[in-house]
Amino acid sequence: MIRKKCEVLSSRRAGVYHTLTLVAPEIAEVARPGQFVQIAVPEGREFLLRRPFSIHEASRRGGWAGTLELAFLGTGPGTTWLTQVQPHDFLDVIGPLGKPFPYPRQLTNCLLVGGGYGAAPLYFLAKELNARQKRVDMIIGARDQDRVFKQVEAKRLSVSIGITTEDGSLGDRGRVTDILPGMVSRTGAEVVYACGPNAMLRAVAAYCADHGIPCQVAVEELMACGLGVCWTCTVPVIRRDGSGWDNLRTCVEGPVFNGARVWWEKWLREPSVPTQTPPHGFRMEEAGVGGEPWPEHE
Amino acid sequence: MARARVSLGVDLGGVQLPTPVLGASGTFGSGRELAPVLDLSKVGGIVTKSVTLRPVKGLPTPRMVETPSGMLNAIGLQNPGIDEFLEKEGPFIRGVGVPVILSIAGKSVEEFVQVAMRAQHVPGVVALEANISCPNVERRNQVFACHPDAAAEVVGAVARLSRLPVFAKLTPDVTDIVEVADACVRAGAHGISLINTLLAMAIDVETFRPRLGGVTGGLSGPAIRPVAVRAVYQVARALPEVPIIGMGGIRSARDAVEFLLAGAWAVAVGTASFWNPESVVDVGRGIGELLVRRGLRSPADLRARVVVEEEEAGEPAHRGG
Repeated sequence: MIRKKCEVLSSRRAGVYHTLTLVAPEIAEVARPGQFVQIAVPEGREFLLRRPFSIHEASRRGGWAGTLELAFLGTGPGTTWLTQVQPHDFLDVIGPLGKPFPYPRQLTNCLLVGGGYGAAPLYFLAKELNARQKRVDMIIGARDQDRVFKQVEAKRLSVSIGITTEDGSLGDRGRVTDILPGMVSRTGAEVVYACGPNAMLRAVAAYCADHGIPCQVAVEELMACGLGVCWTCTVPVIRRDGSGWDNLRTCVEGPVFNGARVWWEKWLREPSVPTQTPPHGFRMEEAGVGGEPWPEHE
Repeated sequence: MARARVSLGVDLGGVQLPTPVLGASGTFGSGRELAPVLDLSKVGGIVTKSVTLRPVKGLPTPRMVETPSGMLNAIGLQNPGIDEFLEKEGPFIRGVGVPVILSIAGKSVEEFVQVAMRAQHVPGVVALEANISCPNVERRNQVFACHPDAAAEVVGAVARLSRLPVFAKLTPDVTDIVEVADACVRAGAHGISLINTLLAMAIDVETFRPRLGGVTGGLSGPAIRPVAVRAVYQVARALPEVPIIGMGGIRSARDAVEFLLAGAWAVAVGTASFWNPESVVDVGRGIGELLVRRGLRSPADLRARVVVEEEEAGEPAHRGG
């Protein structure tokens, strides 16, 4: 874990997404796929906390040696501010943070499944797996073709790729899990890595658990510090020996977890229903989902 | 002009701190987590995350919401329990070289006492902070600091049975914080920590749901600083001999000095550490520079120096509005 003022090398759009390249040799040298950095956005009314970003690329050699690349969507006030930084600006960066994706020791056929810009760390992972002579195939899913993240690069890094969009504007219409079984059998996948929306991860992990395929997922949870001290970013994970479960910190024990050991039902509880009918225009969750009474305590 | 030699050290009635700036409970771990990005030898001390008798898994996520100039948290006192905590962190605390104040919590007087008894023999632990004001507990009656008698009962029991000085951490969510502070001191509290987070809530207007898994949570950050300064001012005026550790939204040395002027003997930096993990050190250094500029020798020279004209102050401050 290193804290550095890092110069912005480039800041550009990639479809609807935004990518930032930072000069961060100390971090790039030790970063591994699945890890993340915490970036300070200006302190102020809207910006009390750093923002976490998974590492899309960490270059140690070649023309880009010593750089980190991040990809994100400018949605909130912090990420919107970050889309506006210019080359030669400096950002206060802490990283690399968290546990990386483990590499398979013997298994060789790896299927990487990404959703939206959540797919970003999988490109870094694909390169590292290729360097270890693993077979890499990828599934990239998104809402529509504008949100399919870097499919050209995905093609370059993998033996085959599958693309799904919810509106059918690119690749197969549907979700990544619709083509997952076919891709698994066609590629002979022996291990699955997934990164993207938590609901997608849950579906991928469930398929893998049912079919006995090892599955590593990189999850997202709201995080205040990223350093292991605030305990806000926890995920319920079942112990290896099955003796119980623990709320583990995404920032220290994660963000990569064994998909079969994340207690998805407990973590991503179905939302409870508003007691009154909301005015027209509000998103109403499906009725009949009571969920557990909360707050829930030990 | 010959400059007076500045010493940052403060004496909290026998508890010596090398600087007046501590890492606040729940934002600093045991200090070990931040060691890679912070020179721990330059902090005034570490207040650990609260430890209970048995392991606590805490509340479901989301546990955090960023709000204007603040954040809400609803962790629910997640911790491994005192035995595992001491096993894991004891060696670090023994060797860290700066004072450690161990924060303890519990659902009953008995639990507080048992945690205190196990914690008090760890070398390096110079005091206990009784967290009787965490808002993220199952029932409001577990917020002992909401009731002077309940607060006094917990703090009194811990103070009687522990060999370490006890600071009572109080909530501003009461009608009269002086009454609670006074009850704690009469019961044997060595000092008072002011303030814990304020009970708060945020609602998602799209889903109609609370934005925290715990429904309500504790508000921290600069948003609460004026409330904290007020609480310190009131308690310091009523109990000038009692060491006060002031905290709530401190980000800079100037923020910290505000607390010292209000009557704090030392301060703690909390939420600011999330943005700048070196805040505790930066604030300490800044206080030193401010003392030099003012020609003062010690943080104690600023203590309770706020100038309030009695005629203008109106009602006795501790009575509240």
